[in-house]
Amino acid sequence: MKLILAFLIGSLFGLGIIIGGMGNPAKIMNFFDIAGTFDPSLLFVMGGALITTFIGYRLVFGARTTSALNGAFELPASRSIDAPLVVGAILFGIGWGITGFCPGGSIPAVLLGEPSVWMFIAAMIVGISLAGLWQRRSNALKRD
Amino acid sequence: METEFTPFASLLGGIMIGLAATLLMATHGRIMGLTGIVSGILPPFANDWPWRAAFLVGAIIAPLGLVAANYEIAFASPTALPVLILGGIIVGFGVKMGSGCTSGHGICGIAQLSPRSIAATGIFMVATAITVFIIRHVL
Repeated sequence: MKLILAFLIGSLFGLGIIIGGMGNPAKIMNFFDIAGTFDPSLLFVMGGALITTFIGYRLVFGARTTSALNGAFELPASRSIDAPLVVGAILFGIGWGITGFCPGGSIPAVLLGEPSVWMFIAAMIVGISLAGLWQRRSNALKRD
Repeated sequence: METEFTPFASLLGGIMIGLAATLLMATHGRIMGLTGIVSGILPPFANDWPWRAAFLVGAIIAPLGLVAANYEIAFASPTALPVLILGGIIVGFGVKMGSGCTSGHGICGIAQLSPRSIAATGIFMVATAITVFIIRHVL
């Protein structure tokens, strides 16, 4: 049941990304190109998603104290704005600007038959793995 | 390269993404952050990798329905391959280091009014805009 629901929720997400145009790198880059070929569509995707989630989370947290299938709500404990957050966000912004792909935008585009999507995702997996290695190494050093 | 302004489709897509985030919290109690979901199916695998894999399979397969329905999907990647690969590595490293991306920080985190997510989203949006400006108007 958990897996079927995760599959269906993932499907809804993937359809939303493609219908919204988030899977199109040119459209993403144009949102940020205010001085050039500006396309404000991304504001509608992000705005629609944010408002829906804002209301949805309040309804969920107001109605229940645990999730329906998986126990407690797992929410990030950290609240502090630390150096990895800031540096990571800057790096992500640079990469997003260079490529027009973000993780959530690229995954639903895998089967559209565009090799650039596969190249991006392969490279992104390398980057995630490198950062994971680096995090585990620095955590291990801290423990020693 | 111009792209068509699509306010209605984009708003609809955004609402679908928000519904997905709400449903994932209601049923699985999890943040719908693609960085975390993808990381969990890579080594060292998260204990709860199966739901993550099921989510990603759905996200990958469902758009085929749009293709089958002859829905017109605009796509253009204007980036040269070596730069695309370099950018992909930077995106992966950055989202892992910064604990989230557009979906996790930009949507789910801000919806919880998390100061971390609000800061991260502000920072990456500005960094993206500066990068695009440099690529398109300076270089």
